[in-house]
Amino acid sequence: MLPVEIKKDIFWVGSVDWNLRDFHGYSLARRGTTYNAYLVKDEKIALFDLVPANHVDELLRCLKATIDPEQIDYLIVNHVEPDHSGALPRLMEIVKPEKVFCSPIAKQALISHYHREDWPYEVVSTGQSISLGKRTVTFLETKMLHWPDSMFSFIPEDKLLISSDAFGQNLASSERFDDQVDKTLLFSLAANYFANILLPFSPLVQKLLDKVGEVGWDIDMIAPDHGLIWRSQIPEILAKYAEWSAQKPQRKAVVFYDTMWKSTERMARAVTDGLIAEGLSVQLMSLKAAHHSDVMPFIMDAQAIVAGSPTHNNGMLPLLADMLTYMKGLKPQGKIGAAFGSYGWSGEAPKQISEFLQSAKVEIVAEPLRIKNVPTDADLAACQEFGSRIGREVNARVPA
Amino acid sequence: MRYVCSICGYVYDPAEGDPENNIAAGTSFDDVPADWACPVCGASKDNFEPES
Repeated sequence: MLPVEIKKDIFWVGSVDWNLRDFHGYSLARRGTTYNAYLVKDEKIALFDLVPANHVDELLRCLKATIDPEQIDYLIVNHVEPDHSGALPRLMEIVKPEKVFCSPIAKQALISHYHREDWPYEVVSTGQSISLGKRTVTFLETKMLHWPDSMFSFIPEDKLLISSDAFGQNLASSERFDDQVDKTLLFSLAANYFANILLPFSPLVQKLLDKVGEVGWDIDMIAPDHGLIWRSQIPEILAKYAEWSAQKPQRKAVVFYDTMWKSTERMARAVTDGLIAEGLSVQLMSLKAAHHSDVMPFIMDAQAIVAGSPTHNNGMLPLLADMLTYMKGLKPQGKIGAAFGSYGWSGEAPKQISEFLQSAKVEIVAEPLRIKNVPTDADLAACQEFGSRIGREVNARVPA
Repeated sequence: MRYVCSICGYVYDPAEGDPENNIAAGTSFDDVPADWACPVCGASKDNFEPES
């Protein structure tokens, strides 16, 4: 892509990854992604954030369309994850920057990633500013959003916040700004990104939003490291981050399951009927059809999680173990739940799932439900009642 | 004495403990078990420093 001037003398100079689908090995980016780098041309020329190593040629081509890369004075590393710093070794050879600005933890992380103690690191901490000439850059460490090294850079003269991995979305597009694409799509992608990346750090997001309010930054543009730049819907995305990080559950349930001979699937449908009968909005997801990262946005705002698996080799099916492990790591808060499944002879899976949900701090509101082999009409009625019971628990907790 | 996680900035306050992870209020940091981990980022106890 060619550079795009986002403010006077400030350019987007990243790379669009149209074909990416596997995002960081744990989630899917069904619409691809972008790696955003930002070039500020002032008395000092500064490049904020980079691209992965395999996109370095694209970055250099983009840079060369506006500047000779050797003219760059400062590299600012807001985040060490390899999709933003992977191009650093090559850039260091070409640019030979005067300084590489990064947070204290980022310096250690850069050394343990690239094994170069000799680079001209300049450690900056929260509240510190540097001058680029007409502009200043103020840094704010955002530890654990979502790595320990993460940092924001703010340019007050341009009201520009370069927000690293916060406020990102995975979307490959020819557009660069939030008002140039469909709003529903954009916020849905931002929710997916939050649910899969930032959810465990919700309390820190809340603190960060407070902190940004306290420091009184006047922001009219938020430039994240993935996806589109926010310039028209800043109050909206900030409000969404406040909402998502508050983790206030809605009158919704997610039923996810795997199945062998369709008995557990029939149970899942009947459980779903019971939940719907109580007025809930329900998302029914076969884990053969839905990737775990596609389930998480629904879990994020649901009050109830209902999980089902038949018993296989005295345990749950592998896709359930995958989903539950992934979900537990993302630490969803304030959920209720229950487990179900069909079985042939021993039938351990529902109890195992229930115990796992409990270990993930999900409050269990119904005993695990088991049906032998193939459900009868009476069994399916019991499944429906099981769903209704969970639905009533949701209604008791979430006012209509 | 409060202790700060050097990785994520979480503050362990003995007055509050970490009840969610079975550390009762009133437990001094020294008495927190060695296998306890930061409830925010999962860092081990030796990543904590006294609050300055």
